[in-house]
Amino acid sequence: MRVEIRIGGFGGQGIIRTGLILATASCVFGDKNAIQSASYGPESRGGRCKSEVIISDEDIDFPKVEQPDILVIMSQEAYVGYVDDLKENGILLVDPDLVPNQRKDLKAKIYEVPAAKIAEGLGKKIVANVVMIGAFAAITNLFDVGQMKESIKRNVPKAFLELNLTAFEKGYEHGKNIITVKAS
Amino acid sequence: MVSQREVLTGKHLMQGDVACAEGAIAAGCKFFAGYPITPATEIAERMARRMIEVNGMFVQMEDELASMAAIIGASWAGAKAMTATSGPGFSLMQENIGLAVMTETPCVVVNVMRGAPSTGQPTEGAQQDVMQSKWGSHGDYSIIALAPASVQEMFDLTIECFNLAETYRAPTFLLADGFTGHLWERVVIPSPEEIKIVERKKPVVSPDKYMPFKPDEDLVPPMACFGEGYCVHVTGLTHDELGYPKTTDPKVQHKLVNRLCEKMRKNANRIVRTYESMLEDAEVAVIAYGIPSRASLNAVKKARESGIKAGLLRLVTVWPFPEKQIEELATRVNAIVVPEMNCGQIVREVERVAKETPVHLLSKIGGELHSPSEIFEAIRRAAGI
Amino acid sequence: MTVIQEFEKHPLAKYLRAERFPHIWCEGCGDGIILHCFVKALDDLAVDIDKFVVVSGIGCIGRAAGYVKCDSFHTTHGRPIALATGIKLANPKLTVAVLSGDGDLFAIGGNHFIHAARRNVDLTVICSNNFNYGMTGGQSGPTTPLDSYTTTTPYGNIEHPFNLVHLAAAAGSVYVARWTVLHVRRLAESIKKALRKKGFKFIEVISPCPEIYGRRNKLGKAIDIMKLYRQISEIRHGYDPAKAEITREKIVVGEFIDIEKPTYGELLQKQFIKIQQKLSEG
Repeated sequence: MRVEIRIGGFGGQGIIRTGLILATASCVFGDKNAIQSASYGPESRGGRCKSEVIISDEDIDFPKVEQPDILVIMSQEAYVGYVDDLKENGILLVDPDLVPNQRKDLKAKIYEVPAAKIAEGLGKKIVANVVMIGAFAAITNLFDVGQMKESIKRNVPKAFLELNLTAFEKGYEHGKNIITVKAS
Repeated sequence: MVSQREVLTGKHLMQGDVACAEGAIAAGCKFFAGYPITPATEIAERMARRMIEVNGMFVQMEDELASMAAIIGASWAGAKAMTATSGPGFSLMQENIGLAVMTETPCVVVNVMRGAPSTGQPTEGAQQDVMQSKWGSHGDYSIIALAPASVQEMFDLTIECFNLAETYRAPTFLLADGFTGHLWERVVIPSPEEIKIVERKKPVVSPDKYMPFKPDEDLVPPMACFGEGYCVHVTGLTHDELGYPKTTDPKVQHKLVNRLCEKMRKNANRIVRTYESMLEDAEVAVIAYGIPSRASLNAVKKARESGIKAGLLRLVTVWPFPEKQIEELATRVNAIVVPEMNCGQIVREVERVAKETPVHLLSKIGGELHSPSEIFEAIRRAAGI
Repeated sequence: MTVIQEFEKHPLAKYLRAERFPHIWCEGCGDGIILHCFVKALDDLAVDIDKFVVVSGIGCIGRAAGYVKCDSFHTTHGRPIALATGIKLANPKLTVAVLSGDGDLFAIGGNHFIHAARRNVDLTVICSNNFNYGMTGGQSGPTTPLDSYTTTTPYGNIEHPFNLVHLAAAAGSVYVARWTVLHVRRLAESIKKALRKKGFKFIEVISPCPEIYGRRNKLGKAIDIMKLYRQISEIRHGYDPAKAEITREKIVVGEFIDIEKPTYGELLQKQFIKIQQKLSEG
């Protein structure tokens, strides 16, 4: 099974790191294949930025995302740019505070995760991406939580590991809550 | 024998450029000279951090002319040497690539190709320097070029580039592309003893009997390096087997230049590597190299599902050109499709070798990869469906 | 007695490849004198010739690499310093000297010169300055004096020449000297000093080109040019290289710069020890 994921936001949010954490969890600590590619403008910070991850049980031949099964959106600009690419009835994880204007007619399973707000609550807005990863893990069941934590360990600076793991837990909790609410 | 510090044995998620640098270190590279350029900079950055750890030497030169000259010097000083660049830098290197060819200097040049001509598209991948790698410097000569299609191959083929460079005493190119260079994928690095490393052939005679450019039967002369007491003179001028300039004797030029070309032709069987998928009963063959071979494989599978007998020949070695393999393939398929990220370069070589068999170019420039469905459509058209 | 046997009677013959002679230089050319001073310095210092490498570029003096009996590399035009940098850094046990001309080192190779000086790579660079491109028939170059005639300045040169010693000093060379080929003893001593010193060392040698540049500018025979050198050269050690411009009336020669500065290799070695220590500590 091949799952195509696109993460969109702006430079400086840790969009590419997010993709790397997902890919590492799958192919280094898990036994799936994974691939991450990114694209960004010439600016180092602030410009539109996307990271694409493909996770598959088999060898990955074509290395690009053609139509994402899952879209993670962390900026209005990325929302406008990418939302139409999402597969019909695909999964959309979106930070509602960063994307104030959302389409009403979208045929997708939409999960709103206020990642930036949750991260701010932890004192560091910068970990919003890891909050999103936590929610992602809870909602999609694509990852083993232990492997994801290993991946975070591998991908963040030691000094910020505790903070990132907390961010992951908070996001995971939030994700689980959404699912429970949706199910009931 | 290389140590654990040189070989990061294990499973990693790695960027293509970084995997290339690690491949070089695993191959025993002890000297890297380079100049920053997108999308190859990460190779230099990795080398800057790693070379000192493995008792190697990293130097950032003032330009690519100097980088190429420096690795030639380092190679003659006994080190396995590499530089890495992209199109604009590769153009500057052509001068001393010719010098490396003429002086039979083992060295590895990585070209992470980007959209061109000129400054072009710095962040977009391309395959527009394939012919330049073959013919970019002036004169007649031959080189070796390999095209990686994955991050794993950025690692594996860099090692192979070193082994081939040291075996055949020629500049050897890793023709990567910006997409693969920046791609993150799993790389499995084996233990040091599992990695095959080739060391250069040294003279077995005493210095007074040594002729630095007298070839063995394989057309490759054993190489004494500076500081080994062999008193070698090296020149970019046409030279005799002693290495001395003989610039007006037609016989000397004839013998030398023909051998430089013949060296690769004669050893092509040992150098050339291709991969075949589903070609046994194929009626349409896709011939691809580098990153488009991945979409090609997907497209070939799609074609099979829809009842078209398609197969893939992937060229790991681009130069010397896998003539025999393609010549043979052309006799048993009805049509050939060649997807490349340029306006049509390798397709000319395929046409030359395939003779009567129709060859269809699927050109793609701009930075996007061929999609599997585009290649599938091309296969369908070639099959006459 | 064969020519080679005759040749080998010369006290410095062991530093030269007998079979490569006669050399290609014109009668009266200064390059032979420079080569003589160079091998004299090697002899005086009793250098380990197996660990000594000569690198040259393209031009008349460029052929010197093929005459010296040691490992040697005759590179592409302008690139000897870049190539020598690779040799020296890859094997610091080798002593590397660059012998090349004004056109090779300062026109096409100018960028490599200033950057190697800035990095303070341990190289001795000797420049034969004959004010023109002699090998290709006498075109103007970066040191051709104003108003001089060459095949590409048929109405007189309108480009200002480089003052090489000033350039070398400004770029960071730790040793800068200038001599003419008349100053054979001082030149050989200067080469010895440079070879003993660590870092990027530069020696400019003013060298006659009577057949090409001299003829076109009516400088007379080689002997007349040598007489001119005696007349207008002035030894001033420690002189400010910025003021040492070559004019028709005066050539200031001497040692201009002699300073100490850590070399690229030394700084790298320090870094290496630090990193290795860190690694062994885990």
